[in-house]
Amino acid sequence: MVVTTSWYLALGAVLFSLGAVGLLTRRNPLIMFMCVELMLNAVNLTFVSLGADLGDLGGQLSVFFVLVVAAAEVVVGLAIIVAIMRRRQGATVDDLSVLGG
Amino acid sequence: MDAFVFLVSAAIVLTGALGVLTSRNPVHAALFLVQTLFGVAVLFVLQDATFLAAVQVIVYAGAVVILFLFVIMLLGVDRAEDLGVEPIVGQRPLAAAIGASLMGLLLTLLLVATDGPTGAPGRTAPLGDAADNTRRLGEALFTGHVFAVELTALLLTVAVVGAVVLARTVKGPLQPLPVVVVATATDPLEVPAESQPGVEIDVEIDAGSQPGIETGSEDGGGDT
Repeated sequence: MVVTTSWYLALGAVLFSLGAVGLLTRRNPLIMFMCVELMLNAVNLTFVSLGADLGDLGGQLSVFFVLVVAAAEVVVGLAIIVAIMRRRQGATVDDLSVLGG
Repeated sequence: MDAFVFLVSAAIVLTGALGVLTSRNPVHAALFLVQTLFGVAVLFVLQDATFLAAVQVIVYAGAVVILFLFVIMLLGVDRAEDLGVEPIVGQRPLAAAIGASLMGLLLTLLLVATDGPTGAPGRTAPLGDAADNTRRLGEALFTGHVFAVELTALLLTVAVVGAVVLARTVKGPLQPLPVVVVATATDPLEVPAESQPGVEIDVEIDAGSQPGIETGSEDGGGDT
């Protein structure tokens, strides 16, 4: 049995869908962030698979930049969560509709 | 051999993702996330992306998840979440339908495209083998993509400064309070102001310059 690129792409699709379902169902902002990380990893897997399939380094370069942006996003997002949780203990995202302005 | 490694790591990835979705405790969810990230790192190694596999373990499992755990412990939110209640009616069936349709759409696209992905093999940045993957990636990053690398440096600096500004504790009277907190804070102050004869007594003691009762008289005066 030879592992083709389609296997990786299918795994990436399933992982992305799982992350999307988690983002839509969970109400804890931390777990929603983790689901965003799952989706980013699915996309990273797709990038690397397609890069390996086409023999191009561009896929891995894209994953490098996605990693940096994901790290920055996590830092800022967690800082926002800390700032919110200090004011309101145990707030879920449903309680944060006041942030709409 | 490749198929065996792929199937085992795919099982690791998917069980980790399901664990993130279904675990009540955020700490358990973070540990399941580590499991998924390790599985993806194994898949990177399987595709000769050795540098990205190392970065995946170091940055994601080593830094991002630890940051998650720091925040979980700092906020004390490591208690179980009640998954039994559904905050919005019909949310979960709708989310399951959306997720299933998304997965079905993507998998159908993959199955229909029997020729696999199309595109020309790269000529500008050829993919090397696993041994010189890091060297090729570094050369490509610091020759052709130097401006993007500099931009990521700027982005990381902005993120660090933003995190410090957002998470700092503001001292002094200028700290704006959310509406809900203001409403709960004024509740105990209204209780002594409801007794009407207490207002005059407070004003009399106010001449004795006691700051604690002074505020009580102000509240009583504003309430009447």
